[in-house]
Amino acid sequence: MNAVGGADDNVTFTGNRALMLEEALIFEIGSTETTGVDFDETAPAADFGALARTAPIGLPGLSESETVRHYTRLSRQNYAIDLGLFPLGSCTMKHNPRLNEKVARMSGFADAHPLQPQETVQGAYAVIHELAEWLITLTGMHSVAMSPKAGAHGELCGILCIKAALEARGEDRRVILVPESAHGTNPATAAFAGFTVEDIPATEAGRVNLEALKARLGPDVAGVMITNPNTCGLFERDMKAISDAVHAVGGYVYCDGANFNAIVGRVRPGDLGVDAMHINLHKTFSTPHGGGGPGSGPVVLSEALAPFAPLPFVTKQGDGFRLIEEESAGEDHPQTFGRMTAFHGQMGMFTRALTYILSHGADGLKQVAEDAVLNANYVLRSLEGVLDAPFAASGPCMHEALFSDKGLAEGFSTLDIAKGLIDEGYHPMTVYFPLVVHGAMLVEPTETESKAALDQFIGALRSIAMRAKNGDPALKSAPHFAPRGRLDETLAARKPVLAWED
Amino acid sequence: MRYLPLTSDDRVAMLATIGASSIDDLFVDVPAEARLDGPIAGLPMHASELAVERHMAALSRQNRAAGDGPFFLGAGAYRHHVPASVDHLIQRGEFLTAYTPYQPEIAQGTLQMLFEFQSQVARLLGTDVANASMYDGSTACWEAIVMARRITKRAKALLSTGLHPHYRSVARTMAKYTGDVLVDGDPSLEAGTDWAALADSIDKETNCVVVQYPDILGRIDDMTKLAEACQSAGALLIAVVTEPVALGLIKSPGEMGADIVVGEGQSLGVGLQFGGPYVGLFACKTKYVRQMPGRLCGETVDANGKRGFVLTLSTREQHIRREKATSNICTNSGLCALAFSIHMTLLGEAGLRQLAAINHSRAKAAAAELAKVPGVSVLNTGFFNEFTLLLPTEARPVIHKLAERGVLGGVSLGRLYPDNAGLANGLVVAVTETVTEADIAAFAAALKEVLA
Repeated sequence: MNAVGGADDNVTFTGNRALMLEEALIFEIGSTETTGVDFDETAPAADFGALARTAPIGLPGLSESETVRHYTRLSRQNYAIDLGLFPLGSCTMKHNPRLNEKVARMSGFADAHPLQPQETVQGAYAVIHELAEWLITLTGMHSVAMSPKAGAHGELCGILCIKAALEARGEDRRVILVPESAHGTNPATAAFAGFTVEDIPATEAGRVNLEALKARLGPDVAGVMITNPNTCGLFERDMKAISDAVHAVGGYVYCDGANFNAIVGRVRPGDLGVDAMHINLHKTFSTPHGGGGPGSGPVVLSEALAPFAPLPFVTKQGDGFRLIEEESAGEDHPQTFGRMTAFHGQMGMFTRALTYILSHGADGLKQVAEDAVLNANYVLRSLEGVLDAPFAASGPCMHEALFSDKGLAEGFSTLDIAKGLIDEGYHPMTVYFPLVVHGAMLVEPTETESKAALDQFIGALRSIAMRAKNGDPALKSAPHFAPRGRLDETLAARKPVLAWED
Repeated sequence: MRYLPLTSDDRVAMLATIGASSIDDLFVDVPAEARLDGPIAGLPMHASELAVERHMAALSRQNRAAGDGPFFLGAGAYRHHVPASVDHLIQRGEFLTAYTPYQPEIAQGTLQMLFEFQSQVARLLGTDVANASMYDGSTACWEAIVMARRITKRAKALLSTGLHPHYRSVARTMAKYTGDVLVDGDPSLEAGTDWAALADSIDKETNCVVVQYPDILGRIDDMTKLAEACQSAGALLIAVVTEPVALGLIKSPGEMGADIVVGEGQSLGVGLQFGGPYVGLFACKTKYVRQMPGRLCGETVDANGKRGFVLTLSTREQHIRREKATSNICTNSGLCALAFSIHMTLLGEAGLRQLAAINHSRAKAAAAELAKVPGVSVLNTGFFNEFTLLLPTEARPVIHKLAERGVLGGVSLGRLYPDNAGLANGLVVAVTETVTEADIAAFAAALKEVLA
């Protein structure tokens, strides 16, 4: 360990400060001889000839007690929704009910193999089917593809359905229109599937410019990718008109459903003319995000796109369920675009999402959307006097409130406000996104925050905003009380150190 | 509504602050014809924790869990014992309920873990660097093929016939839309892999050769010569590992010259989970790091000079480059990567080697026992913990008859290659440390009975 003793009273010998603990890397504390696992047998030497591993791998091991301590200490360097408000706009960090975790660990789900004989996993197929039915009903769509592994994977699924549908019509349309307020994954997805991407500007009110969109439509347009509610936190009022216009020229409408949590139970995307929409189960239906995943991105489809959905999928047959794979697809599903992942999707996320859905029911899910929207508007209206809210005049926001850096003192930025929030014990909001607003701050409180929690957060943000307006120099060097001060991201990118070296 | 903290009074007070008369005022931008007033018809109302748990437990009981009896399935997903402390640690709220580490000052736990994970994966696979994980092995495999195209600017990928057929399907799906040319096919029931033929097929259009190790039939072979052939032709060698525990005993693909190594990390820490979520491993040589998809964690220092970690090289990513991004991926399998990393830390090098040795010796014992069943032979000359049995009859119905007798006896090649009658008698059997001698005896007895 570092010995950092010295004359400064703020410095300790260990580097630890009370409950704020420094933790070395496993490569510094472990050894290749140590193990935290006992086996009840030893195996005879294997003979792999020239294939036998000879050189050391260099994998450090720790005893179980050291392992528990290492990861527990690391965990304490993290902010999490279990600790407090996590207002990341467009990411949706809401309470993760523990019943979901308990259910996902039931052995019939957690300890089943994806290729088990179908008669031995009927309960797992039933979960997939039951969740699928809910998603279809809640969205007012025709069918759903369950296998995509995450939101962006779902986008790819939807875009491939569109491409397959166009091929089936014998048309080679090359252009996907993407409004500039869309998630960054949208253009990347369209390009990945071989389309040319063209931007559609936003209006000053923060919505898709319908006239600009209509002017660009033509026989070369395969479709449009729209995020609704959009990344400015606004509902696209013209969604139906957009869908009608795109359909009129033979194109398809992809809706990025990352923000479905704002309208679940209140609006069915199918009623707005959407052809495909992914649903981030982890956002809308609360599966924990674990420091960056896993996600899960089922895609609901219109009748026009349903025949092209990927394999494999579960279908009801008599009293039971059947898995449609490559073999049976020929007769039942001849137009499928194929398989996009090895097995049938994120089962562990399905059980969690279904548990969450059953807990809320149709009435509770509607309340979820309403409370999420209420909380976001409460934040917006409580702060618009202190922080610039560029679209506050455009009408109510949906589940997230957007602010800009306009009006801060010279030299102060959105980043300073974000880092100041850390010192107040909060995870910052989403910053510098969406790109349509300068110095964007996107706050999404979600429905699982109480009024008292919101009032405290609003007070903290108000205080920091005033400091940024008044040019408080201490804010420039925040955070002061986090496990780390501002990190040098330029150094990390310029001289990448991506793995431990002895 | 146990998860919703607002009271009716709160809602009234908040609406007053907002200046709205009712909640409907906040949905005013939704066209009237698309607005729903009551709860959506046809769906049940909210339910208590007890009621929901009962419902889900009943569904769970309709499955046969792997632990319920003798179990021998593999083919890309393996059952290993996961130490109790792994699940305990990943359920700590600060790991479980954290988001992507966008604010590094308060996400050092996740970031340091990812740095350790990247380092463990790179060493295990024998490469310089690894990313912070992908969705799963099959999508990582496709991303590697796309990456090879970006690097070489050539269109053709040669897929070994020993590649998992689902991984091949994923590549085929994507290639239809991106214009890549794939050369692939079904395996033949030969004891050895035909990598020499693959090497001969490399030409000036070839961007990569994709091989699996151990392959779908459980075969293992030295890929050094293939790596040399790729290198001299300007193509990349991509190796796919679906059972990383094997690398505790056998040489890593990186050591044998592979340029990109991808894999399925489910074996360590994650569990079967009926197919997902899993954790894709993705590693490569340093010179290709800026073409690598996915998240990367890097070491740096903070304002006080202390070591810290951040997400880095993000200029490759979709939120910066939009349609020019190296991939559309915007998440990883963070929690599964954590489980993998903890399990690997518990094992350490000594434990991993021991675990691998037990797997291998148990599999050898099972292969010897099963080969004694009349009419049954073992295809492989070499294998790690998985091998292919050749039965005197089609394996698919045999699987169901074994299940009736309480034995989940492997994955039939008929299910994996339904259009290839020549493979129908093959049965892929995986044996890990979770299989007991009694399990093997029960399998052999049931197989004998079914084949009689």
